[in-house]
Amino acid sequence: MTEARSNIAPVLRYAAMRRIRSFEERVGELFLRGQSAGSMLHLSIGEEAVVGMTDAMAPGDTFTTHHRGHGVFLARGADPARMMAEIAGKESGYCRGKGGSMHIADRALGHLGANAIVGGGIPHVVGAGLTYRNRRSGQISVAFFGDGAMSQGILYESMNMAALWHLPVIFCCINNQYGMGTRVDRSAGKLGFGGRAEAFGLIAAHAEGQEVEAVHHAARDLVAAARDGRPGFLEIDAYRFYGHARMDKSPYRSPEEEAEGRARDPLTTARARLAAEGLADAADLDRIDAAAAVEMDAALEADVAAAPPGLPTMFQDVYAPGTPAPRPQADRLRAVLSEAPR
Amino acid sequence: MTETTYREAIRQALIDAMQTDPDIILLGEEVGLYGGAYGVTKGLIDMFGAERVIDAPISEPAIVGAAVGAAMTGLRPVAELMYVDFAGLVMDQLANQAAKSRYMFGGQIGVPMVLRTQGGTGRSAAAQHSQSLEAWVMHVPGLRLVMPGTVNDAYHLLRAALTQPDPVVFIEHKGLYTLKGDLDPAVPDAPWGVPLVRREGADLTILTYSRMLQESLAAAEALAARGVEAEVIDLRCLNPLDETAIFASVRRTGRALVVTEAAVTGSVASEIAARVGEACFDWLEEPVLRLGGEDIPIPVAPALERGSIPDAALIAETALWLVRREAPAWA
Ligand SMILES: Cc1ncc(C[n+]2csc(CCOP(=O)(O)OP(=O)(O)O)c2C)c(N)n1
Ligand SMILES: [Mg+2]
Repeated sequence: MTEARSNIAPVLRYAAMRRIRSFEERVGELFLRGQSAGSMLHLSIGEEAVVGMTDAMAPGDTFTTHHRGHGVFLARGADPARMMAEIAGKESGYCRGKGGSMHIADRALGHLGANAIVGGGIPHVVGAGLTYRNRRSGQISVAFFGDGAMSQGILYESMNMAALWHLPVIFCCINNQYGMGTRVDRSAGKLGFGGRAEAFGLIAAHAEGQEVEAVHHAARDLVAAARDGRPGFLEIDAYRFYGHARMDKSPYRSPEEEAEGRARDPLTTARARLAAEGLADAADLDRIDAAAAVEMDAALEADVAAAPPGLPTMFQDVYAPGTPAPRPQADRLRAVLSEAPR
Repeated sequence: MTETTYREAIRQALIDAMQTDPDIILLGEEVGLYGGAYGVTKGLIDMFGAERVIDAPISEPAIVGAAVGAAMTGLRPVAELMYVDFAGLVMDQLANQAAKSRYMFGGQIGVPMVLRTQGGTGRSAAAQHSQSLEAWVMHVPGLRLVMPGTVNDAYHLLRAALTQPDPVVFIEHKGLYTLKGDLDPAVPDAPWGVPLVRREGADLTILTYSRMLQESLAAAEALAARGVEAEVIDLRCLNPLDETAIFASVRRTGRALVVTEAAVTGSVASEIAARVGEACFDWLEEPVLRLGGEDIPIPVAPALERGSIPDAALIAETALWLVRREAPAWA
């Protein structure tokens, strides 16, 4: 890596974080306008430092996310307009309006799928790791999930396999301190999740979620090790700025706690650091912010007003094209009632 | 008799039962401080304390498994599965442990627990949060299965479930929580395990349960305006299920339409249709018909979601088709 690149990289990471923040603010707007498909929208505001991890990945690396995965996908190169269209349930969305916010995927960008089953996507990176190991492809696969998934047995089965088989895999826990209304100290008998990963033989790291550069530093080492068949675990210590989903006003936590949590803002921290290190001044950063706003405004308007997918599309993609599709109910009823003799 | 909601009726049933039976505990995700993902257990942790209303980590297999163990040893747990879609995670504890203990162990060890959960469409919650998986449960010997479709049943069937000696799966519908209706805590609509004629009619029998009961009743009104009288039977309990009233009705009307929200292939509707076909063959004027969800995962786009599930209009059109052989426009 050249000096120039290493100097510009933190600025780019700031820009990536700002794009996430801007995008998520507009997802909130989409909901308020009544244009989102449902209300199960989980914003990743406060968790933007995940960019430190995504930025350590290479083109061709793959990943899975949990239900709060907009930020990860954007940072891995998603087109915000197609994401917004998917969240609105439109045919032009990444999954043709079938999946929505909780099920965005894009094979071309290595996104093997967002998941609405807590922990559901974690073992898929183990399988991806087998593919990359057997094919000697040099790729890695990263599972992104929340602190809530630390209570799912499948995580531990997956970590054990990754360590046992020396897979090119990273488990990335975005600890935003809450699973719905349950603060992490009310769901874990012992905190400090890295210790669990170490117990399985993984390399564990921990980074403060308001410090994207610290996240990135830890992530780079883990990625290098994972490519070498030494799987890792990264805990990013963040704060969920808003409610669990759009309807949740978080009555289970105090305004003081929220204020404290929101003060751990990775964007504010990055701005201060970039200015202090002379990598960017306030005017530069404001320009980045403005560009993100323009881009995300356009994404919000692009496709959300488009027509919904046509009804016959519901039968597509249950099975592969060219193989027998599910029989629409109307066909069955017609066969019984119109074709049968009286 | 007071007017209340389906949600409140379930909450009231839990309160009344917990006040009567100190062994009842609630165990599940967000059942305490948060008050339940759909607000059903709001305030219960304040009334009964954290030893009886237990907020569990997101560990569904262990939640259900712990409920099995608690039931084996004397408590009467109500485990909550936030969405029936998470049944995939707990099927071992449910189908291999809870369901089979009494039998495998020669009748010694019963598992008197209730698994409360909710399912169904209506909120654009997509493929992993909208399913109707009751057939998975009905297929397993050893499990009881209840799916209330009215406010009074929501209360009484839960109270009754909490007196059963064996595991009961109690499936609510997310689209019914705001349904209003009369609750009489002293008088159940019908006994446990007995279906109920919710509307009388001579031209066909509609057999249904849960949210589709409400859609079927609305369809019956529309049909009446067209001169067709539908008898609507609410199955209420799918196991145990006393078929007497079902067979009597179909033998009278000669036509049966079974309506479910679940993907129709391998569904509860298929099972009911088979039983009716076996028992009423000589009385039937027409084939027994199933109307259900399309055989697809639930799509997120609201129009697709709605279009994949029966509603009152579709039920009425199908019923007319069955009774008069008047094909609807979409046929
Ligand atoms: C297996 C499973 N159990 C429960 C839920 C319901 N649920 C959805 S999100 C959530 C909290 C998840 O918390 P966490 O993993 O920390 O992710 P966060 O929402 O904080 O990003 C719960 C309990 C689910 N979707 N899947
Ligand atoms: Mg969390």
